[in-house]
Amino acid sequence: MPSEMVTVRSNQEVGEDVFEMRLPSSVPAKPGQFYMLRREGSALLLPRAISLCNQEEDTLTFLYKVVGEGTAELSNMKPGDKLRLTGPLGNGWPLEELSGKRVLLVGGGIGIAPLLLAAKALRQQGNPADCCLGFPHQPFYQEAFQPDCGALSIATESGVAGHKGLVTQLFDPADYEIVLCCGPTPMMKAVVALCKAAGTPVWVSLENRMACGVGACLVCTCSDHQGKNRRTCKDGPIFRGEEINFDA
Amino acid sequence: MTLETKLLGVTLKNPVLMASGTFGFGEEYAGYLDVSRLGGICSKGLTLHPREGNYGPRMWETPAGMLNSVGLQNPGVEHFIRHELPGMRGLGPAIIANLGGGTIEEYVEGARLLNSAGIDILELNISCPNVKEGGANFGLKPAIATQVVSAVRKVFSGPMLVKLSPGAENIVEMAKACRQAGADGLSLINTLLGMAIDVEQRKPVFRNIAAGLSGPAVRPVALRMVYDVVRAVDCPVVGLGGIATWRDAVEFLLAGAAAVQVGTAVFQNPEAPLEIIDGLQRYMERHGFEHISDIRLKK
Ligand SMILES: Cc1cc2nc3c(=O)[nH]c(=O)nc-3n(C[C@H](O)[C@H](O)[C@H](O)COP(=O)(O)OP(=O)(O)OC[C@H]3O[C@@H](n4cnc5c(N)ncnc54)[C@H](O)[C@@H]3O)c2cc1C
Ligand SMILES: Cc1cc2nc3c(=O)[nH]c(=O)nc-3n(C[C@H](O)[C@H](O)[C@H](O)COP(=O)(O)O)c2cc1C
Ligand code: FES
Repeated sequence: MPSEMVTVRSNQEVGEDVFEMRLPSSVPAKPGQFYMLRREGSALLLPRAISLCNQEEDTLTFLYKVVGEGTAELSNMKPGDKLRLTGPLGNGWPLEELSGKRVLLVGGGIGIAPLLLAAKALRQQGNPADCCLGFPHQPFYQEAFQPDCGALSIATESGVAGHKGLVTQLFDPADYEIVLCCGPTPMMKAVVALCKAAGTPVWVSLENRMACGVGACLVCTCSDHQGKNRRTCKDGPIFRGEEINFDA
Repeated sequence: MTLETKLLGVTLKNPVLMASGTFGFGEEYAGYLDVSRLGGICSKGLTLHPREGNYGPRMWETPAGMLNSVGLQNPGVEHFIRHELPGMRGLGPAIIANLGGGTIEEYVEGARLLNSAGIDILELNISCPNVKEGGANFGLKPAIATQVVSAVRKVFSGPMLVKLSPGAENIVEMAKACRQAGADGLSLINTLLGMAIDVEQRKPVFRNIAAGLSGPAVRPVALRMVYDVVRAVDCPVVGLGGIATWRDAVEFLLAGAAAVQVGTAVFQNPEAPLEIIDGLQRYMERHGFEHISDIRLKK
């Protein structure tokens, strides 16, 4: 079933406050989809939405950053501990639209997580994407991207690695036919603005507070420019950047 | 031993219903639990006309609960009848249409359309705490609630539940008034009003300031209200508010509820309603109960 108790296979710190968790699953997922995770017996009410970062045979890999109680609880889990895993959820990246195109992946911080599987899918199509990853300080997980992208560039705000500055300074969207982006909202807004100006279509993976994750409760809606609501969990989390009103 | 029971003359496979607004129109959850095993499904709160709902943040997690400010986003009664109801019907459980409104006329027109739509039960939501000009007003004072319920009663001939707000000035007086105005049964409770402040932004989280609190945090309040109302009215009472396990459900049945609804709990575990049904069955077997109505407090 797409909602089941599973056993943690591994859970380790791979960067500052960034963890990689491996879980078993038999249901195939699409790049860009996400899951809801809740530790067995958790005192917290709701599960946490985490994007699928990698999928190999029957193993799912999640990359997450500790930002509050729920993610801290996940980070304390040991191999053998149980959690409820619901998913895969959401629509996933529009892979059909990418074939044969010059694609750029833009990730910011923990937002790089859902991009890895897109990079792998494009590499398999014989059409590897260029990849720009931005971090506030120490980069993480860039070595996982290396074998699956064309050109890989890194930016750090502190200058500890790669270009010193913002990820948006690493690329010109006019060089690409399509851009996929995930990161903090201000970054996604900036990337969408750059792409709009260059006339390059851009897809973003949005985050919003969720309860059901399946499209039933309507707490996770975002707005498009016409003022119509879209469910981030069901109609998204991936939307055309030009359609979303980031200031609603 | 059977979990089958009747609510307002409608046969239910079991007394576990899904609460309005937490289960969409049923199909959203179809891939995540065996929906056909449920006793019934209350639709998302409908209004005569479609509504986009509230702007800004709509949810904030709280200790053992959550605040929501969805604001009755729904496709409208006609769209529901044409597009959502047929799919809902196909799922198997009894169909309870939850109806809200901003004016009495809106309630009446919505109920008129639903009267011939082929739903099993109408649940009249007289307590919509999220919609500024809406239901909250109707659910607080018995005199105003009476106007809505009696007006709807004139146009809706099927079984009708009236869903009460815990914000009512006096829940027992409210229950009596709604019963007298034509309710066949009562369901309670809707969400309690609460609020949250984002300490970093130094602003209230919700644009409407207040939002509806649900989840285990409200359960003791809901149980007390159900207990009191059951003892004051002569009609079936459906209990809800924070039910997450079979034990919680049994508490409400012991308090005298004829059936229960599960809402927020499905978010933390989509299989919670089925676990409640299975737990209820084991409880009845252990105690040698034949029917749901045998689950009663000891004298
Ligand atoms: C579709 C989707 C995919 C995501 N993928 C990842 C991922 O791959 N890796 C990762 O580290 N994080 C991801 N997130 C963000 C992650 O869900 C939040 O960081 C997490 O819920 C925070 O929980 P907390 O208890 O630690 O924080 P708290 O701030 O204590 O959480 C309080 C409440 O707010 C909610 N919340 C807080 N921040 C967010 C947020 N950014 N998005 C949604 N809900 C939030 C929590 O779920 C909880 O209900 C994703 C979010 C979404 C919606
Ligand atoms: C997201 C959400 C949306 C809701 N929408 C409605 C609604 O449209 N109509 C209604 O009568 N109740 C609505 N409710 C209230 C629930 O049906 C229920 O009365 C309340 O949440 C208490 O039960 P619970 O703690 O089991 O969730 C909503 C609750 C939630 C959490
Ligand atoms: S989280 Fe419930 S509709 Fe998206």
